[in-house]
Amino acid sequence: MERIKCVRCPLGCMLKVKVTKDGIEVEGNRCPRGEEFALQEIENPMRILTTSVRVSGGVLPLVSVKTSGAVPRDKIKELMDHIKSLEVEAPVKIGDVIEKNVLNLGVDLVATRDCDEK
Amino acid sequence: MKRVEVVVVGAGAAGMAAAKGAAENGAHVLLLDNENWVGGILQQCIHNGFGVHRYKEELTGPEFAERLKKEIPSDVEVMTGSFVHKIFPEEKKLIVISRRGIEEIHYESMVFATGAREKTFQSLLIPGTRPVGIYTAGQAQRMINIDGYLPGKRALVLGSGDVGLIMARRMHLEGMEVIGVVERLPYPGGLRRNVKQCLEDFDIPLYLSHTVVRVEGFPRLEKVIVAKVDGKFSPIPGTEKELKVDTLVVSVGLVPVKKLLAKFVDVESGILVSNSGQTSVDSIFAAGNVTTIFDLVDYVANEGEKAGKNAALYAKGKFEGKRIPVKKGEGVKVLHPKWYDPSDPLSVYLRVSRPMERAVVRIGKYEIEAEDLTPAEMVHVEIEPPCEDEIVVSVTEV
Amino acid sequence: MKIAVIGGGIVGTLIARLLSFYEADVTLIEKENDVGWGVTKANSGIIHAGYDDEPGTLRASLVVPGNEAYTQLQKDLDFPFMRVGSHVLAFNESDLKTLEELYKRGEKNGIKGMKILDREEVLSMIPKVNPDVKASLYAPSAGIVIPWRVALSASDNFVMNGGKLALGERVVDIEVSGGRVRKVITDKNEYEADVVINASGLFADEIAKMAGAESVPIHPRKGEYILLDTQEYTNYVLFPTPSHGSKGMLVVPTLSENTLIGPNAVDLPPDKKGDVSTTESGLKEVHEGAKKLIPSIKLNKVLRTFAGLRPESPQRDFFIKESEKVWGFINVAAIRSPGLTAAPAIAEYVVEELLQQRLKINLQKKREYIKSIKSIQKVSRLSIEDWAELVRKDERYGNIICVCNRVTEGEIVEAVKRGARTLDSVKFRTGAMCGPCQAARCAMKIAKIISREAGIPIEEILLNADGSNIAVGKVRP
Repeated sequence: MERIKCVRCPLGCMLKVKVTKDGIEVEGNRCPRGEEFALQEIENPMRILTTSVRVSGGVLPLVSVKTSGAVPRDKIKELMDHIKSLEVEAPVKIGDVIEKNVLNLGVDLVATRDCDEK
Repeated sequence: MKRVEVVVVGAGAAGMAAAKGAAENGAHVLLLDNENWVGGILQQCIHNGFGVHRYKEELTGPEFAERLKKEIPSDVEVMTGSFVHKIFPEEKKLIVISRRGIEEIHYESMVFATGAREKTFQSLLIPGTRPVGIYTAGQAQRMINIDGYLPGKRALVLGSGDVGLIMARRMHLEGMEVIGVVERLPYPGGLRRNVKQCLEDFDIPLYLSHTVVRVEGFPRLEKVIVAKVDGKFSPIPGTEKELKVDTLVVSVGLVPVKKLLAKFVDVESGILVSNSGQTSVDSIFAAGNVTTIFDLVDYVANEGEKAGKNAALYAKGKFEGKRIPVKKGEGVKVLHPKWYDPSDPLSVYLRVSRPMERAVVRIGKYEIEAEDLTPAEMVHVEIEPPCEDEIVVSVTEV
Repeated sequence: MKIAVIGGGIVGTLIARLLSFYEADVTLIEKENDVGWGVTKANSGIIHAGYDDEPGTLRASLVVPGNEAYTQLQKDLDFPFMRVGSHVLAFNESDLKTLEELYKRGEKNGIKGMKILDREEVLSMIPKVNPDVKASLYAPSAGIVIPWRVALSASDNFVMNGGKLALGERVVDIEVSGGRVRKVITDKNEYEADVVINASGLFADEIAKMAGAESVPIHPRKGEYILLDTQEYTNYVLFPTPSHGSKGMLVVPTLSENTLIGPNAVDLPPDKKGDVSTTESGLKEVHEGAKKLIPSIKLNKVLRTFAGLRPESPQRDFFIKESEKVWGFINVAAIRSPGLTAAPAIAEYVVEELLQQRLKINLQKKREYIKSIKSIQKVSRLSIEDWAELVRKDERYGNIICVCNRVTEGEIVEAVKRGARTLDSVKFRTGAMCGPCQAARCAMKIAKIISREAGIPIEEILLNADGSNIAVGKVRP
């Protein structure tokens, strides 16, 4: 049996996960997302990435962004390297898609705040 | 001079929600903040994890702020870049400084929502030099996420509170070498989810039962000396280790920013309130981290909204505050609120005094079973108890 | 007449200021990036009444006049100073005897208004004092000052009168020929000089050696302090009764509404002139020492800790003297406690007695010179009406940058106009950054103002010394 912290939400349920030949058995989850999480965490851990993208001509030098869905944990480094090379022009609106299907991961890079023009 | 029914001091999560709560209950509301934006500290918390309770959705800090901002009715007057200099509770007025001038604001009721500041490294009496390179986690966070500057190249984090863990990951992602997080407690100070996602995901070591005993280097930080601590947090001689870093990010707790009001209302570590948000002074309400340090912004917003609603009712003469004492029993380190006012359900927030696997939480006559409790994560229970002389809250391990 | 003053501490700046009233070409050379960052920055900030020194010593002759001079100096230089009075507390018979001696010595030194108070009087003046107290020597003329503000104002005044301030320059050599000083050579420049005044504090012996002049050996004595964010303990400066020549651990109210406790005294070898680190044992000693005076002192409101170094020499007196070997070289050395108190009198003594009388230099007062200046307005201390008026004229006085100590953008801009280029320079001029959050909330905002006003990129802005850049690069370069 493995103990895994569910990171789907800040409640952080401590899941007790038993891997059987038919799949997994999960205890300790307070919602169905826990079971889903446990399976994924064992097969291929996924995370939402939050960081910043350079803005040109904005009131701020950076605009905060997130991936619209979870990406494989082992892709985070590659994704960060890619994001470091991006630049958007102000104005940026919260929810704007900075880049669609980033690195072909099936998720978009989305602005999480406004950044007005200077 | 300006006259309003409800003035809200501070436009972070608690203040924005209070403005919403007050305005939706028909009050003429003024929302004040010293920064040039609303949203307070949320704007620099670009990570996700906010809003799961309040919006049933996982948001980043700026997104949570935006969501809350949209809920504020348009007739709420917002004054940013406005610093509250003095409060005169007897005359129900305050003095506000801004670029536009100095203004006297008269109010019927106030919601005080100034949040918290970080405990500083300098206050910890850790000996050594006083170099550049030592930052509070929030300071480093603002520097990186808002201003866009990196504080150094190789960092150690002191304190495993949530901001400390989040910053360990943030600095790592931005190319700084994060060599570890030091925590004097035998368990992490932040949410388990953050230990996993911020440290374990990136193989950043967590040194439990360790502390910083000395810093060296001038004018830039060069070395941090850490040591193991015993049960009383005293460093154990012979366990010292020298870590070469140019940055020390310190996340050792938050302190409610209560100075403006502390002379006038009952305070302990934060401003004491009832579950309705009312302080010991009838016309003054308070909510959010200035009352107690919450672990989730969702709770802060909910408490703010309630305080705003009640402040509006008070301003209109429709609020009768009651204060039935809520008292700490065994196993409880932090308890909120201080008093129970039956006009609202009793939302109890508590932190246990030590980790417990299985426990019974008792609130007066109510008993609730709970699992996996740690001091880092607040227990939140909402009930509607009958009126008694006092309500004792305790947690017993079973 | 070309004069070089080496050392921008309180002594060097006050000498330079006084010289700037005369027809002379004066350069003040300081190795740090601002004045007042050495011994001046980290001490108890007390203007002593002057009973500690034996009559007949140079120190005794300069301390009481120095104390008295602060009244006028404050009017001229507009720095925070208040004669709050001091108590030397006696706890036993031997202490009582010492109090009597101090009293007599104080009378001989010319101190006015001293009294020996009995236990009841002491308790009524200092309710939180250790109840074992037996008596106190009360000296109403003792005061508290913000020492670096004196140095900053003096240096500003000096520059207004045409003085040249060379900051961030380390003296590496002094050229002497024909028995006279000729030149001061720094790591960046060379300055011709007919007279060199050595006010270099901890480094006075090394500077004297460069000129081949007489010197006294200087070693640093470290004193550690704890600064508390409260003024609940005392309104007076409190000393224990001195023993073995040390003033002991004090409790001092500060003009920033804090309480300072300390210092301990640890002699360091001469090669440790840069060691201002605090120690675990030292901080403990400070707390224990302070508790002997005020037993209720707790460490729950610590703002910060720090340590300062005092220039000690085997001879206990000041070493203020023209060189007999090198004409034009003047030592103003071994300015140990109470050097802060004596500083204004030292400046006069150097200019009038040493330069004019002994070296027979004919210094002519300028026809016009500025003697008094206004320091940066502390707007939060103004009446609401006056503050409002100021904001109407300049909206930046309505923009609070340091929320702990209520320092406005206007004040910070003014500090930059007066030469502040580092965060500490702004801090020492405006009082920003020293509140409970210890600059966590305002450091970057202040850096941005310096950057904008002085045209320096953020990455080049320093906390204080070279190499103390507050940021090492951009997140997205």
